[in-house]
Amino acid sequence: MNKENKRVTDYDMEQLIGQVLRYGVVISGAIAITGGIWYLFQRGSGIPNYTQFNGEPAGYTSFTGIIKGLSRGSATEIIQLGVLVLISTPILRIVFSLISFVMERDKLYVVLTAIVLSIILFSMFAGLKV
Amino acid sequence: MTILTFTLILLLGAYLAGLAGSLTGLGGGVVIIPLLTLFFHVDIRYAIGAALVASIATSSGSASAYVKEGIINVRLGMFLEIATTAGAVLGAIIAVYTPVNLVAILFGVMLIFSAAMTLRKKNEGIITEGSKLSYLLKLNGSYPTKDGPVDYKLKNVGAGFSIMTLAGMLSGLLGIGSGALKVLAMDTAMKVPFRVSTTTSNFMVGVTAAASAVVYLQRGYIDPGIAFPVIIGVLAGAFTGSKLLMKINVNSLKLIFSVAITLIALNMIYNGINHKF
Repeated sequence: MNKENKRVTDYDMEQLIGQVLRYGVVISGAIAITGGIWYLFQRGSGIPNYTQFNGEPAGYTSFTGIIKGLSRGSATEIIQLGVLVLISTPILRIVFSLISFVMERDKLYVVLTAIVLSIILFSMFAGLKV
Repeated sequence: MTILTFTLILLLGAYLAGLAGSLTGLGGGVVIIPLLTLFFHVDIRYAIGAALVASIATSSGSASAYVKEGIINVRLGMFLEIATTAGAVLGAIIAVYTPVNLVAILFGVMLIFSAAMTLRKKNEGIITEGSKLSYLLKLNGSYPTKDGPVDYKLKNVGAGFSIMTLAGMLSGLLGIGSGALKVLAMDTAMKVPFRVSTTTSNFMVGVTAAASAVVYLQRGYIDPGIAFPVIIGVLAGAFTGSKLLMKINVNSLKLIFSVAITLIALNMIYNGINHKF
């Protein structure tokens, strides 16, 4: 492979990853602000209670729960959506790196990136909840 | 205290955490946990959830700029992320069986270590002959400086990988980015130049934290009422910090911050030993 060409694609990947990270942070921040202001309107005068750990209700801890809450226009679920977008940002960065390495035909790094992605997906779906 | 006041104070605290974290290179999560537990008496599990969110926010925010400038070694980061994500998942599993006061003590120890690491001498040297594995895994690279790109090689890949696994485990257990350990692995063991090791470490923190955050979210550690002021405050603080970093000398600030962090750490350890969590 021509070295000059390879440099260009590495550069492209860096720009792409940079954009993914930036947009992810901006979008999640915007969602969190929206949900946060709405939350303060609804509950601002309440008393915070975090000294005891009770775990969050199902509505905040699963994708379907958050979507359900969103359809009710619930402020807390809007914030949790922002959290979801934030957590997805680095994971998306891995996905885009994988695509870039495939396009660069860098087989070694396709494999290494796929391993990282599998570990995260395992963590997500293996039911490590308890 | 109402939720409104709680939110506003937390917002300010998170802003300062993001600011201090970006100026000293410690990241946002380190200050969030003591702020929530010692000051607000929030349960440490909610604090860990909030710190993970803060770590992802600061890592993604600052890495976006560094990766575009080509300072971050993306391949090195990806390779070592196998170690940190596997460690993080392991840490999240171990966390279930670890008493909270032990978590607090470990956190304090880690905090003192991080404070010491910010003050140590940086690795400015560059080695020109890498180990066999570094060529095999295509880990050597170059980074831009004022005088044009500088090539560097690295060694002790196995040792670096092992320290990264430990860094990932602590990250999964305590909810912090453990940037100090990541820099130690790259800087001291693998001989990566300082500019590259700090930025690449920062880049990796987001993925490492995300690997355990997906578990903690399902466990109910991430509360929306805490998460939103933390995300907004930390992001704004880190943004201010990155602008200030160009203009001020951070050496004296690092010293003050390290002393403060050590005092906080001793407090966490003391409370942990006395089962105050």
